[in-house]
Amino acid sequence: MSEQTTAQVEHEEYEAQTEHGGHDHPGERTYVGIAVILAVLTAAEVATYYFEDQLGGLLVPSLIIMMIVKFFLVVAWFMHLRFDSNLFTRMFVSGLFLAIGVYVAALATFRFFT
Amino acid sequence: MSVSEQTATAPAGAVPEGAAHVPHDATTPAHHTSTGLSHEKLAMWLFLGSECLLFGGLISTFLLYRTREVTAGPPVGDIYDIPFTSVSSFVLLMSSLTMVLALSAIQRADHRRARTWLLTTALLGSTFVAGQVYEFTTFVHEGLGYTTNLQGSAFYTLTGFHGVHVTLGILMLLSLFVMSLRGRLPAGKAETVEIVGLYWHFVDIVWIIIFTLVYLIPA
Repeated sequence: MSEQTTAQVEHEEYEAQTEHGGHDHPGERTYVGIAVILAVLTAAEVATYYFEDQLGGLLVPSLIIMMIVKFFLVVAWFMHLRFDSNLFTRMFVSGLFLAIGVYVAALATFRFFT
Repeated sequence: MSVSEQTATAPAGAVPEGAAHVPHDATTPAHHTSTGLSHEKLAMWLFLGSECLLFGGLISTFLLYRTREVTAGPPVGDIYDIPFTSVSSFVLLMSSLTMVLALSAIQRADHRRARTWLLTTALLGSTFVAGQVYEFTTFVHEGLGYTTNLQGSAFYTLTGFHGVHVTLGILMLLSLFVMSLRGRLPAGKAETVEIVGLYWHFVDIVWIIIFTLVYLIPA
């Protein structure tokens, strides 16, 4: 069997296995689009380094927002949490929120925020 | 013609790579588990959830020590090379794109392209690690060793742990590449690539946080 036919059989088999689950991963074009957004956000983050004085009080909030957006884009699209079972989301978010809660409390104990 | 029929009618010795197959889709009924989900994938998500606690601890420790006065050596914030680290960050970010492209290719049973993207991801990861080694070397020459001050210790521990995670990810990617070369990574085993991809993307999101909190936000 030629390599192309083998690949076709494999792909059809894969499609047959996944057709019931609605595992609707995005296409390559979408992935590239997300990567472009991530690149633009990274460029914007780096730009804040050169405009630190002009941004003043906006510097930290803008950096935090861009960080959260980038985090969300990778988790939702590249890690497919947007398309997969909610149980995976719950597993990850539980760990994430537990970590945030524990360490915000720990930092507050050490008067980090004052 | 069903897939099994196609396989059955294939010439002898031409059984497709995907014949002995592990179901891919986590939500597919093909997963005969108590949850109906892939337990391997569930375990990876659980592991990643626990990793949040590890990196949360390391990041918090760094943030705490960063504000303390240093008694010896330079403060770590004074010797950052932001343009250099920005390029490293960009390289790691783009490795997440090549990783999903590898997964997409393996799902289409396009093995040649999948191998190309896997190798590209490993190379981008290696570039990031090489950049980190260069950064550490520069910092040591600037007078900031691992035990010079608390800031330095916390910085090297945090970024070093992350670097070790990236290195482990590279080893996993190279293992997948070799498996694919030997014909042991059929489209039916795309979930294996997806699980390694989850780990790789996690390493990327940890760096997204480190880059902002450690490098870009001033002390």
